[in-house]
Amino acid sequence: MLSRTADNLFWLARYTERAGNVARGLAVASRMAAISARLGDEVAEWRALLTATGGDAGFYRKYDAPSEEAVVHWLVFDPDNPSGILSCFEAARRNARAVRTALTVDMWEALNDGWNHLRQLSPGAAEGENLADFLGWVRERVTLFNGAAQDTMLRAEAWRFVHLGTMLERADNTARLLDVKHALFTPEAEGAVDYVQWQAVLRSVSALRSYQWVYRDRLSARRIAELMILRPELPRSLAACHAEVSDTLEAIAVGQGGRMGECHRQAGLLKAQLRYGRIDDILAAGLHTFLTEMITRTDALGSAIDAFYIRH
Amino acid sequence: MRAEDGVRAAYAEIERWLRATPREQLDRKRREAELLFRRIGITFAVYGEGGDPERLIPFDIIPRIIARSEWERLSAGLRQRVRALNAFLADVYGRQEILRAGRIPRALVLENEGFRQEMVGITPPGGVYTHISGIDMVRTGPDEFTVLEDNCRTPSGVSYMLENREAMLRLFPKLCARHRIAPVGRYPEELLQTLKAVAPPRAGADPTVVLLTPGPYNSAYYEHCFLADEMGIEVVEGADLCVQDEVVHMRTTAGPKRVDVIYRRIDDDFLDPEVFRADSLVGVPGLMGAYRAGNVALANAPGGGIADDKAIYPYVPEMVRFYLGEEPLLANVPTWLCERDEDRKYVLSNLDTLVVKLAKGSGGYGMLIGPHATKAQREEFHARILARPGDYIAQPTLALSTCPTVVEQGIAPRHVDLRPFVLSGKEIRIVPGGLTRVALQDGSLIVNSSQGGGTKDTWVLEDEGPGQEHPQSHSQSQSQSAGA
Repeated sequence: MLSRTADNLFWLARYTERAGNVARGLAVASRMAAISARLGDEVAEWRALLTATGGDAGFYRKYDAPSEEAVVHWLVFDPDNPSGILSCFEAARRNARAVRTALTVDMWEALNDGWNHLRQLSPGAAEGENLADFLGWVRERVTLFNGAAQDTMLRAEAWRFVHLGTMLERADNTARLLDVKHALFTPEAEGAVDYVQWQAVLRSVSALRSYQWVYRDRLSARRIAELMILRPELPRSLAACHAEVSDTLEAIAVGQGGRMGECHRQAGLLKAQLRYGRIDDILAAGLHTFLTEMITRTDALGSAIDAFYIRH
Repeated sequence: MRAEDGVRAAYAEIERWLRATPREQLDRKRREAELLFRRIGITFAVYGEGGDPERLIPFDIIPRIIARSEWERLSAGLRQRVRALNAFLADVYGRQEILRAGRIPRALVLENEGFRQEMVGITPPGGVYTHISGIDMVRTGPDEFTVLEDNCRTPSGVSYMLENREAMLRLFPKLCARHRIAPVGRYPEELLQTLKAVAPPRAGADPTVVLLTPGPYNSAYYEHCFLADEMGIEVVEGADLCVQDEVVHMRTTAGPKRVDVIYRRIDDDFLDPEVFRADSLVGVPGLMGAYRAGNVALANAPGGGIADDKAIYPYVPEMVRFYLGEEPLLANVPTWLCERDEDRKYVLSNLDTLVVKLAKGSGGYGMLIGPHATKAQREEFHARILARPGDYIAQPTLALSTCPTVVEQGIAPRHVDLRPFVLSGKEIRIVPGGLTRVALQDGSLIVNSSQGGGTKDTWVLEDEGPGQEHPQSHSQSQSQSAGA
């Protein structure tokens, strides 16, 4: 496959996944803000979300304070935010348009219809009462795209680069969403935290119900961290995402007669560490330290993939 | 006359259908068509004019119909014309016999911008220059088609021929079923065969073919992707290709891969910054070296612009006679070259009846349509022609045929032209159909999509019209009984 095509496929999947994750983050933050409003610290939720999406520097250059209106506008419509939902859809479609021939019609329509709808929306369509519906719609579009890719793509290299993009982005996002709340996972916090906070963390990765199925017990910090980092059954856990990333890279290598490089080594190492890691060790060393390292290494892996397959 | 009757019968059927279909339903179908095109993403990119850069070319739901016998004549004429154009290109970049014989003025060719010195002495693989030709024509009378211009560089529009048919089949399946319409869907396969046929010999049985595009900002980018997809080949940009030791490779995830045939949709000027324009960012440095070494085929060959130049156009009938020893089957529009003293005198004193065009122009820009022009406009062209006579040609206004078209007020006749696509590889192939462009303004003769023209589906009928007996479908049993 053309290197440029692989690049476009990888990024269109990343941007699509990112749009979905920003919508998840927004949905949880808005729910939490509504709950904490009575305590008068709803701004903390919005501030945390900005940190998680990694765009706080850009935000504070344009806005004074993280009010709900400002954060929603920044994360949904603002063209200056490359990780905003509109920007993500636009970038995903731009990448898709450049590789129309490598996409199935269903994938293209999922992206193009979504983009056509989104660019015609007035900002009011994602405000106040409308926000929840809008975010639900974004998640539906992302699910539709993922389903279209899953259901219609030939299991060849094009599919693998799409899947690689989705999984790498998802690993990054889960680490970020968890890191926002890392303060909840210190030994001092145990017991003092509002149950609602735990629920919010799990909800951000659609894992509230899954938690009950896996542990059949009340929510605890240790288990939530274990579920989101190490449990292979949870499709958004770091372990699950990095296993997919590594396996997909292996599959690409097999398709090319075993050609491998640095990216395969890094991916394999991440997969193994998450496969055999222990949650108590991670928590003892500090969750924030661990997640920061994960985010950095996921980023480095992205660069290694780029160096090996794209810009050689 | 049978062709005329067939087309009339076919239109009569369409007319019955139009009369039976309420206006609201037609409008609904029009909106559906637009939605369909928008959804599939068939757009025409217009950058730098403000507004939505991804525009739709208006699609008219009433098809344009050509009778079988009319098509037979037409395609015979097209084959002849394209054979002559290819022979001309091989000649002017080779022995230049037509110039030596004095049949075309030497200076007109050798001093023409379309003539590429870089191509002299190169014999392209298979000896073919214009692999894909789009011949623009108008119907000027019963069984008479006149060529407006030839396109031997990178003609576009074939995706509309294919997608317009798809749209008609989806929107009006019953209407389509009532006619025996020659299918056009084979075009991509025929194109791929044509491209493979001109691969360098060492490429072997399964040559690697790619489509080279200037990128997503090109107005025909959708078409590039569409065609590549249909053929199952890669769409590459200049940066995806690199030349090493006079061999072209594309950058793939598995490392460099050798390329044998390039269907290029980039103008000559931008192909190779080492040979043509040095500031080209979309080309491939070293490409012409690989081409000269015979390691890669380019379709169309560089330098084809000399064959479709508007100043050379009047000589195409002469090419047919010179190279093929035949009389041209397709008519040319009488053309005056303002460069020639006598022609210029005639043009200047007849500006109110003539159409004046830029010899190098395309897209319907910079034209004077005498009968519709104001006195001031005619005076402006008078001055321009005197200042740069070599830049202008003039032609009489033609009695273009019209086709019923859906407009604001209802159904009205609008002028149409036709661009069939002629493929030249080992043999010449023409898919029965083409791109019909329609001038949507009342009385307008300009059909270019950049000037508000639209398109129609083009139906070449397999028989002489619907709603009557189909002698063909009974013929087998008849011949069997005759033989028994």
